[in-house]
Amino acid sequence: MSAGLMAYIWEGLGVTLMLTVFGALLGLVFAFIAGLGRSSNRKVVRGAAMVYTEIFRGFPSLVLLFALIFILPQFGYQLNTLFAGILALALNIGAYAAEVVRGAVKSVPPGQLEAAVALNFTPMQRLRKVVLPQAVVAMIPPFSNNLIELLKATSLVSLVYISDLTFAAQLVRASTGETTLVFLGLLVGYGLIALVLTTIMRLLERLAARRLGRQVPTGLFARKEAV
Amino acid sequence: MTGEDFITFEGVHKAFGKNVVLDDLSFSVKSGERVTLIGPSGSGKTTILRMLMTLTRPDRGVIGVDGDYLYHEKRGDELLPASEAHIRKVRQRITMVFQHFNLFPNMKVLRNVTEAPIHVLGKSKDEARERGKELLEMVGLGDKLNAHPSQLSGGQQQRVAIARALAVDPDVLLLDEVTSALDPEIAAEVLDVLRDIAKTTDTTMLCVTHAMKFARDVSHRVLMFNEGGIIEDGSPEKLFNEPEHERTQAFLRSVIDET
Repeated sequence: MSAGLMAYIWEGLGVTLMLTVFGALLGLVFAFIAGLGRSSNRKVVRGAAMVYTEIFRGFPSLVLLFALIFILPQFGYQLNTLFAGILALALNIGAYAAEVVRGAVKSVPPGQLEAAVALNFTPMQRLRKVVLPQAVVAMIPPFSNNLIELLKATSLVSLVYISDLTFAAQLVRASTGETTLVFLGLLVGYGLIALVLTTIMRLLERLAARRLGRQVPTGLFARKEAV
Repeated sequence: MTGEDFITFEGVHKAFGKNVVLDDLSFSVKSGERVTLIGPSGSGKTTILRMLMTLTRPDRGVIGVDGDYLYHEKRGDELLPASEAHIRKVRQRITMVFQHFNLFPNMKVLRNVTEAPIHVLGKSKDEARERGKELLEMVGLGDKLNAHPSQLSGGQQQRVAIARALAVDPDVLLLDEVTSALDPEIAAEVLDVLRDIAKTTDTTMLCVTHAMKFARDVSHRVLMFNEGGIIEDGSPEKLFNEPEHERTQAFLRSVIDET
């Protein structure tokens, strides 16, 4: 493969990683707003959070992407294509992850909140000091799944001509005719990125669990035990 | 112990569904008084503590704490539902120790004890840590400051919870079956700590317990609950030695308890 084609691949890899990282960060923001919103005291907030979660969970990322890139401009809003890609992915994954946030918050034993009331923490302090630090530990394993889903969904952006890894691979295939090799390489590439992401998430899980004084078995292939 | 009425319940009513837990209950506790609530389970004892802690709202009636109403605010002659700020102000004087300890697992032992003094009472870090160490020393856990709660036994966790409660300088300490989840031997250690505290402070205490010897030792007054109301109210000597009410006699016979 020529150096020029290789440069395409590296650039594509960069775009894929960027979509994954920024999609995840923005998705995380949506997830926390919607997930915490669903246990708000205000009906309006609860309703809005539920509408977001239910609607965006049902949208295929690809359709959402087309909508942001091809339909929005007709109403006079032209988004940067790459940003549209990040936004579409984030809206989608955020809706899934919102359910994770909601479930994890609900999994904190009620006695914890009662103790926080007994110490007269403000509602915000209860959330920040007691509920979230415990809930986050429960969020990380399902977030890890969401992150891998996100990584895989990034390949959809190649269909709107964003030059991610898949798009670059298509270019290489077109100019070399090496279909088998290119697609095999692409599979291995995504697999390796997923492995790296999983490892990072396991590390985060262990760090978070240690703060609660729990142990999580080390290593990628360690058997998961009840903690 | 000759204070004014410090805590007052007036016509307090609470039902969970059709089950009436407290039926137009009125009673009061004086400042510095240590009162034990006894009675069969489901007779409303714990509900009283939870209402004082604002964990369960009464359906009707008013609860007063040192002249302020817990769930109501006075505007002129009117009693209006209290704002969150008012509830926090009154609640500041009260704290509670729970049956299942409820230590925060995301904080080490010392931080469990110092977090509220620093972030709720506004004490300096140094002052809170100093006092926290003192209290943990007092409950016999001076060597566990940096342990995680999960590394402690149940009895140790409960002693941390007691230190945590004392750290917010409460006027009223609520003890909700604090030894029910512990083995008898461990329970005795925890009760010894509480006996010391009772002897050395003038904190008002409301205590729900099945540890009758403890109740006899530390309380000024015992209230016997049955079916949503108080059926007998007297000194521990009177109530344990010569209970008047037949229901009290039957209850005391059934509670064979050495602690």
